[in-house]
Amino acid sequence: MPGTFIDVEVAEDVRDDVELAQVLADACPVDIYANRNGHVEVVEENLDECVLCELCIRGAPPGKLRVLKLYDGTALERA
Amino acid sequence: MRLFEYESRRILGRERIPITQSGHATTTEEARKIAADVGGPVVIKSQVLTGGRMKAGGVRFADSPEECESHAREILGLEINGHVPRGVLVAARAPIAHEYYAGVIYDGVRKLPTFVFSDMGGIDIEEIAEARPEHIGRGHFSTVLPQMDFRAKDAIAQTGVTGRDLTRLTPVLSALARLFVKYDMTLAEINPLAKLEDGSFVAVDAHMDMENEARPRQKALLAELGVGEDETREAREATPFEIEGERIDSVDHRGVAGNVAEFDGNLGLVIGAGGGSLTLFDAVRRQGGQPANYCEIGGNPSVSKAANLTKLVLQKPGVEKIAVMMSIVSNTRVDIVARGVIKACIELGHDPAEKIAVFRIPGAWEEEGFKILARYGVEYCDRSVSMHEAARIAVEKVSSGSNGAKPLPGERAGDELPPAERLSGTGEVVEG
Repeated sequence: MPGTFIDVEVAEDVRDDVELAQVLADACPVDIYANRNGHVEVVEENLDECVLCELCIRGAPPGKLRVLKLYDGTALERA
Repeated sequence: MRLFEYESRRILGRERIPITQSGHATTTEEARKIAADVGGPVVIKSQVLTGGRMKAGGVRFADSPEECESHAREILGLEINGHVPRGVLVAARAPIAHEYYAGVIYDGVRKLPTFVFSDMGGIDIEEIAEARPEHIGRGHFSTVLPQMDFRAKDAIAQTGVTGRDLTRLTPVLSALARLFVKYDMTLAEINPLAKLEDGSFVAVDAHMDMENEARPRQKALLAELGVGEDETREAREATPFEIEGERIDSVDHRGVAGNVAEFDGNLGLVIGAGGGSLTLFDAVRRQGGQPANYCEIGGNPSVSKAANLTKLVLQKPGVEKIAVMMSIVSNTRVDIVARGVIKACIELGHDPAEKIAVFRIPGAWEEEGFKILARYGVEYCDRSVSMHEAARIAVEKVSSGSNGAKPLPGERAGDELPPAERLSGTGEVVEG
């Protein structure tokens, strides 16, 4: 379930990337990502705390992670 | 943080300022024993953190321990202005020849503590200041440099006191100034400071307020006085609304969203920013508005913290709308606060466009914030609208019970969206 203002999309083929799971968990300042046994878990209750810092986008492979701004219909992602 | 008279007296004694012999009693037996120890006429005073003790019958005089016990019984059961006494102070009645006032307060304009002295003690200093200003002496002193007696002497001399009295009063006022700084007081006063028939000076009553933020630094003193860590010592007990505000602020370290005070108006306030909350509160009052609360929000609180504070305000009985206003912010993100207040409205089943009378927070990330507000149809202002004008808009809306105030400058792209769509929280995602 998305947040009211923010949602994130993590591509299926990197969701079980152990290294990425840890990178995202370490990078996000508001704990939107958790490393659950090497699986990227999105902590839904924290989605709206997103500060749009883009650290998760920089930590993920290009095109594999998008931060969706639900209030204006745009998304942040690494080309 | 207010101190009881018996505590203030202990501090005076600690700093070697002469006080009348006294003791604090919580039972009638203790009161009787103190009176017996004094061995003469005594005064029995209710220990409450409120004024008007004398008028309410909270101050009595006794000539014997038996009479003291009887008065103590009555005073201990006497509630004054809703305050239950902490106990009674039993003090020797001094043979007073003349009463003076000695005090130290903080001058917020000069940002320095200042002596206040009067040769007309025993009555409210404010009354003297108004009716007989020539009987008041003043003088600022440094909180950094060592306390110099001549400054205290100068303040006393302004009232015409000379000779031996001036010489004897100077160390008392000077010691009061030292303890004011040493114990982080915001007020320290002795009223009356009595000249006894033998020419000596003694403190008959004392009142002190300590800076609340200094509590950790003054831990040793407070422990010695028996002040519990959970004692707020405010002029009145915090309401459940205020306690909940404090809880919301304390459970999340991010930013500030609390320090609420409760009023009985219909306009809820989510306000803040470096003193802006006071300005905005005054602005609402000046526009004829009736605030339901005061609060402080800033320092970049989390969305959840801002939302929880907003929910608290919205759920207060009588609140019709809220005004979300700040001065220009640099350390608080506009978009985060916007998310918080809108989320609170949605989670309580309100239309943010209807419930938020005005949103006026210009500053960091305002473009992003304005997009969010527009999405939900919330009327917002940029920095071209003054805080007073924003307050006027909010007051007008809550007075009319509508959402129909005059248009404001700035984009309001969400206005054209129907409420259901504005509230849906979904939208087509395109490449950013």
